[in-house]
Amino acid sequence: MPVITYRKALNDALAEELTRDENVVILGEEVAQYNGAYKVTEGLWKRFGDKRVWDTPISEAAFVGLGVGASMMGLRPVVELMFWSFAFVAYDQVVNNAGCIRYMSGGLVNLPMVIRGPANGGTNVGATHSHTPESILAHNPGIKVVCPATAYDAKGLMKTAIRDDDPVFVMENTLLYGETWEVPEEEYLIPLGVADVKREGADVSLIAHGRATITSLKAAELLAQEHNIHAEVVDLRSIRPLDEDAILRSVRKTHRAVLVDENKPFCAVSAQIATIIQQKAFDDLDAPVLRVCSLDAPAIYSPRLEKLQLPTPERVVEKVLSLV
Amino acid sequence: MEALLETKTLAAAKINHGLTAEKKIHFLRQMLRIRRFEQTALKQYQTSGQIGGFLHLYSGQESVAVGTLSLCGENDHVIAGYRMHGHALTAGMSMNECMAELFGRATGCSKGKGGSMHFFAPDKNFWGGHGIVGGQTPLGLGLAFGLKYKGLKGCCLCFLGDGAVNQGAYHESLNLAALWDLPVIYIIENNQYSMGTSLERSSAFSKCLAARAEAYDIVWDHVSGEDLYEVRAKTWTAIQRAHTESRPTVLEIATYRYFGHSVSDANAKKYRRPEEIEKYRTLHDPIQLWQKRLLEEEVLTEAQATELDAAAAAEAEEAVRFAKESPIPNPADIFSDVYSEVDRQTAAGQTGKFFFND
Ligand SMILES: Cc1ncc(C[n+]2csc(CCOP(=O)(O)OP(=O)(O)O)c2C)c(N)n1
Repeated sequence: MPVITYRKALNDALAEELTRDENVVILGEEVAQYNGAYKVTEGLWKRFGDKRVWDTPISEAAFVGLGVGASMMGLRPVVELMFWSFAFVAYDQVVNNAGCIRYMSGGLVNLPMVIRGPANGGTNVGATHSHTPESILAHNPGIKVVCPATAYDAKGLMKTAIRDDDPVFVMENTLLYGETWEVPEEEYLIPLGVADVKREGADVSLIAHGRATITSLKAAELLAQEHNIHAEVVDLRSIRPLDEDAILRSVRKTHRAVLVDENKPFCAVSAQIATIIQQKAFDDLDAPVLRVCSLDAPAIYSPRLEKLQLPTPERVVEKVLSLV
Repeated sequence: MEALLETKTLAAAKINHGLTAEKKIHFLRQMLRIRRFEQTALKQYQTSGQIGGFLHLYSGQESVAVGTLSLCGENDHVIAGYRMHGHALTAGMSMNECMAELFGRATGCSKGKGGSMHFFAPDKNFWGGHGIVGGQTPLGLGLAFGLKYKGLKGCCLCFLGDGAVNQGAYHESLNLAALWDLPVIYIIENNQYSMGTSLERSSAFSKCLAARAEAYDIVWDHVSGEDLYEVRAKTWTAIQRAHTESRPTVLEIATYRYFGHSVSDANAKKYRRPEEIEKYRTLHDPIQLWQKRLLEEEVLTEAQATELDAAAAAEAEEAVRFAKESPIPNPADIFSDVYSEVDRQTAAGQTGKFFFND
């Protein structure tokens, strides 16, 4: 099976969907002639031309809103935010419009659109460029939020997102763009709302999404090698819809859960997961549900410290050891 | 600064020249329907206790919606702000579905989920009222983008208030509209107030809001909302520009609202002198002026006018009856219409959970 980068997998997904459906258009800052700030859209403008791939001015409110309006008209826009942190500039369009219009129209208006781009920190670009907005956005019904952790997932989820009739926010991770995974050549789709057990284990469940999944896999490896503890790693893949069954299945098997989450702890995605576990699997637990989140401060610039601010495999290991 | 457009011909303008008596009377009928609908809704708001939230009345501005929308063809689309009862009714929505929406009933146009600021009728090319001031302006861009992308000869009429002109989203939209040659027409309904703040207190260059479009190389014009002929003539010029050159236009239509910002405007009587309101109501009312004109043109009789008005009032009363007798939505419906996928029960919807309780 070919081994490709997360970035290339996304690029392939976009190219395949542009080819398949002429209603798909790509919009965003520097996505066309510049080939994308993170090169996710590399080559697409050259291949598909001016009509399909559009460089926008730096006007998040205008081009996200334009995407919403175009989807009303039956197109399937894929709007790139150079960083998900910039969604705050277009928060009205993202939450009030993409999130509420279907409801407020009594189901008369569908919004088949994707908003995508890199989220989360880790690249030493400071607080304004390192937000983890998935909890803030997934908080709002009407929106779907997916956070792929591998190239395989990124491609399959992106293709599904583009074909979905609801607004889907795809949160990619800057630190994963250059990482490689096996990705089959033949076409595949991954449904939204289906978690993936990335590693089987019997002693503790590590439940994560996005890059925290990779951190959890490294932690699981350390736990197995150094402590003979077998952690199961559940990758949520999609935050809304959320695969509750997969979470509960794993917790009922291992009886212990550590939630690994690059969100800040307060009102984080993992806070929601903890609620679900304590409500629905309380009797199955042998220990309290614990979390490893980003440290509760705006993202720090200092390269050495930012590494510590994000969840690390070592912090996960430490948390697991406190449980068993 | 001077408007670029010169459409002095007005009544004689091509688009008005061929108007039949029937059409002219129809415009009167539409304006009366808006006025009566709102008058009735206001009364219900105050007496029945069954209409909640805001109720932003359009009374005084009817000629804007009726004049502009009268020119819309098959591929012309409309999107509006929150003061949109007039646009909705003119677009062809029924009083019944609109009144029922105000009453929060299941028979409402949005099944009771949208309320006063949020009527939608995509089948009539009406893409809704939008509650965030200026938030609809980029959506209008997107509608125009979609039309252009599909190669359809159409445009989007996007309505906003004089207050919305100060929103960043609007300026971003102007830039993009001009840059990408999008067939969007921004129609500023300048009723001189945004809530309790007058134009002088909110706009740096209050004499000409439309002129700001010049900075984006967009053609603009001033229009008097008192005269349906003028509204139509100048809107037609803009629509032609959109259809043939795919270029945007900004029109600023001078108009006035009679009631407070909304029914719950606590200061409705404080920021405008009563004499000012009285002056507009008596001397500048677009409905009275149009009616007078049609009488002068001898296409209408007094008796006919009275009849039209009575019919509009009766239609509104009937809408109240319809609304009151309609069921309230089922509590389970709180969870429908959130996601297309949930309503259609697709595979993924069955695996993942969309809704969460505490
Ligand atoms: C972003 C935003 N800010 C404030 C409000 C509250 N608000 C609603 S309408 C309004 C006044 C808008 O005036 P204008 O655009 O002139 O429209 P008009 O009421 O005159 O039709 C305000 C302040 C809002 N709905 N959205």
